[in-house]
Amino acid sequence: MASDRRRVVVTGIGPVTPVGIGVDRFWPSLVNGESGVGKLEAFDPSPFTSRIAAEVHDFRPEDYMEPPDTRRMDRFAQFAVASARLALGDAGLEVSAIEPSRVGVVIGTGIGGITAFEREMEVLRERGPSRVSPHLVAMMIPNMAAGQVAMRLGLTGPNDSTTTACAASGHAIARGVDLIRSGAADVMLAGGTESAMSPLTLAGFCATRALSTRNDDPEGASRPFDAGRDGFVLGEGATVLVLEALEGAVARGARIYAEVAGYGLSADAHHETAPHPEGDGAVLAMQAALRDSGVEPEDVAYINAHGTSTSLGDIAEIAAIKRVFGDHARRLAVSSTKSMTGHLVGAAGSTEAAATALAIANGVLPPTINQEEPDPQCDLDVVPNTAREADVEVAMSNSFGFGGQNASLVLRRVAA
Amino acid sequence: MSGDEIRETVSSMLVEQFKVDPAKIEPDATFKTMGLDSLDLVSLAMALEDRMGIELPDRELVGIENFGQAVELIEQKVPA
Repeated sequence: MASDRRRVVVTGIGPVTPVGIGVDRFWPSLVNGESGVGKLEAFDPSPFTSRIAAEVHDFRPEDYMEPPDTRRMDRFAQFAVASARLALGDAGLEVSAIEPSRVGVVIGTGIGGITAFEREMEVLRERGPSRVSPHLVAMMIPNMAAGQVAMRLGLTGPNDSTTTACAASGHAIARGVDLIRSGAADVMLAGGTESAMSPLTLAGFCATRALSTRNDDPEGASRPFDAGRDGFVLGEGATVLVLEALEGAVARGARIYAEVAGYGLSADAHHETAPHPEGDGAVLAMQAALRDSGVEPEDVAYINAHGTSTSLGDIAEIAAIKRVFGDHARRLAVSSTKSMTGHLVGAAGSTEAAATALAIANGVLPPTINQEEPDPQCDLDVVPNTAREADVEVAMSNSFGFGGQNASLVLRRVAA
Repeated sequence: MSGDEIRETVSSMLVEQFKVDPAKIEPDATFKTMGLDSLDLVSLAMALEDRMGIELPDRELVGIENFGQAVELIEQKVPA
């Protein structure tokens, strides 16, 4: 770790999630072990094998943008704009008070504007090419979330998007950290967004056999590490973080949740959707994150796992944690907040980085809910069912995407 | 369809489909001030073609910048 490198801290969090919009609702839900999963309501799910989802029910786009602008955006971009505004508000940063070219945006998404794509596909089939919306392209391209955040907020710094599936917002935060470290920006709005609640996406995920079919028990469906788990629950939402150079945050007297001490990226180079069975790629990402942060494995007290609640994925991640941390794996805590939020795909990494930063700031570990029967292959301390107070100096957040693309982040408390 | 009916129809489309504030819709109000960009105008022309059963080729839309001009163009196409 270069000692003269700029340090990057999290000063604002803007969750738009199935367990709450805004930090004041998101964090208590996690601490109280509340599930955001229910019967899928976005469309009629009756023909599908999985009919449950973690949806954002109380989202009103007009609360965050002008009504004429809402119709230019697919829901994933609306979430991103709302989340960015919430994050800036949480950070106490007024856009008018900062030089806009020093503020950048990196928003990841796994899928992009698929609901607009699917709607216009129907238009094409039924009414022909002359009736396809002129807004389609701008609504479906995955980079538009970051573009819309810049447009709506007037931010002219580096603007980018990452599309590494379920790891997209882990990569977005890594990119944001890089842009601050290099001096290209002083503040980065970094995170992810997803709203792929469409029949085609659901059918595709159902076909991979990766989704839970515990349809008669939605709140119990996402049960990472539990022996009764049967797949992940498709979720939607966004979380944008305000990342700032430490010196700038200190100078303006900002509240600092945690430092993003470092990150590690890797590839499984193994299979399109299945994780490497021994977690090879996950091991490399976690090791790289530790190296980049300059922390020892024994320093890590808590890992917010990728933990999607699939049979293979959870086993591979636990195996990887044991390989990286050795005997210390038995002493640290590993929880999956996906047990409550569902799997937010491109928004998972940043939502979980937010949970990790809040765990450090509040000294509380969010639980893995729905733990009834331990899986002998997932035999670490998964903070079962109930949150726990803990003094956490250093924590890690893992994100592993379809495509075998992995991102691990290390977050660290900043002395007040 | 009378001029008033056309005005009423276009106006309700602007409010419902394009979320325009009804107070901003006046004969000489430009689409720009109503928050519509060039892509929205393509969208509006498509919707008007469907609703009115008329054709609005791109070349005839050149120079149509405000509500009154649009109503006038449609009046020429729709049987009274």
